[in-house]
Amino acid sequence: MKVIELHRSVTESNDRDAEVLREELRQKGIFFVNLMSAAGSGKTTLLSRTIRDLKEEYRIAVLEADIEAEVDAQTIESLGARSIQVHTDGMCHMDAGMTRQGLEEMGLEGIDLAFLENIGNLICPAEFATGASRNVMILSVPEGDDKPLKYPLMFETSDVLLITKIDTLDYFDFSIEKCIERVRYLNPDIRIFAVSAKTGEGMKDWEDWLRSEITAWRA
Amino acid sequence: MHELSIVTHVAKTLDEIAAENKLTKIGSVTLEIGEVSGIITDYFVDCWNYFRRKHPLLQETELKLETIEAVTFCEDCRKEYKTIEYGRICPYCHSEHTYLLQGNECNIKEIEAED
Repeated sequence: MKVIELHRSVTESNDRDAEVLREELRQKGIFFVNLMSAAGSGKTTLLSRTIRDLKEEYRIAVLEADIEAEVDAQTIESLGARSIQVHTDGMCHMDAGMTRQGLEEMGLEGIDLAFLENIGNLICPAEFATGASRNVMILSVPEGDDKPLKYPLMFETSDVLLITKIDTLDYFDFSIEKCIERVRYLNPDIRIFAVSAKTGEGMKDWEDWLRSEITAWRA
Repeated sequence: MHELSIVTHVAKTLDEIAAENKLTKIGSVTLEIGEVSGIITDYFVDCWNYFRRKHPLLQETELKLETIEAVTFCEDCRKEYKTIEYGRICPYCHSEHTYLLQGNECNIKEIEAED
């Protein structure tokens, strides 16, 4: 028996796979967004609205990751975007290998903008890189403005925070100012958009951000 | 099942290392797990014992776990303190301007192997 010293992080090989995938997608001119949030925050609703608003400009695909069920992929396809449902068989997050497999199965020919709708939880998806160009997270008003205190890693690893369901602000004790302050403390560079996919408020700023990022990614 | 996912990533890394070093058998693997890594070691051991039976390289691999203490640093008074005991607020000066120095790791420290 011999001892081999490794001192290697468990996520290191996944980080490498993710970097390779990210670069391959860049070569193909595909901007790929990893969308993360808790269950029930309205990921599918936000995506649906975004697809409706942008589908004349970009060809869009969505990788729907769920532990089970097919409902989200059907919703997305009915809007005219390409979609595939990936079942993780009990796993709580998508890693770079699973993401690659899903994207290859769905096919990316002609796609400009792809989304990964990650598994709904604020812990595990933050720890595993997927190969996305950008990480975007959703925090909906009913979840509460204290979530940055409870799930710091998710807020630290995200490039964008979407505060959603702002049409319900009158009914919840959610302070956008307090939330932003807590998030900025963890991640000073994060972009924050407050939106309602239901009324459309704030959606233009988020979609303009996507437009400028897509242009920069392809430059 | 966070722990099972991490076990699969450990297995994948060990497969790569076995291929690189032409190893046929791994006697033991030592992991360093931080106190605030979010990994529950009892669950992790259960997941390991379930998974290794399905994985030829790891069938007889003993899992050794070492804990890395969580330590937080205060930017205001520049002191270090135990994260588990005091959390995010510095016990010396009550500042919130603190950050974790160590304790969220999940590292593969070393393996014992036969050629």
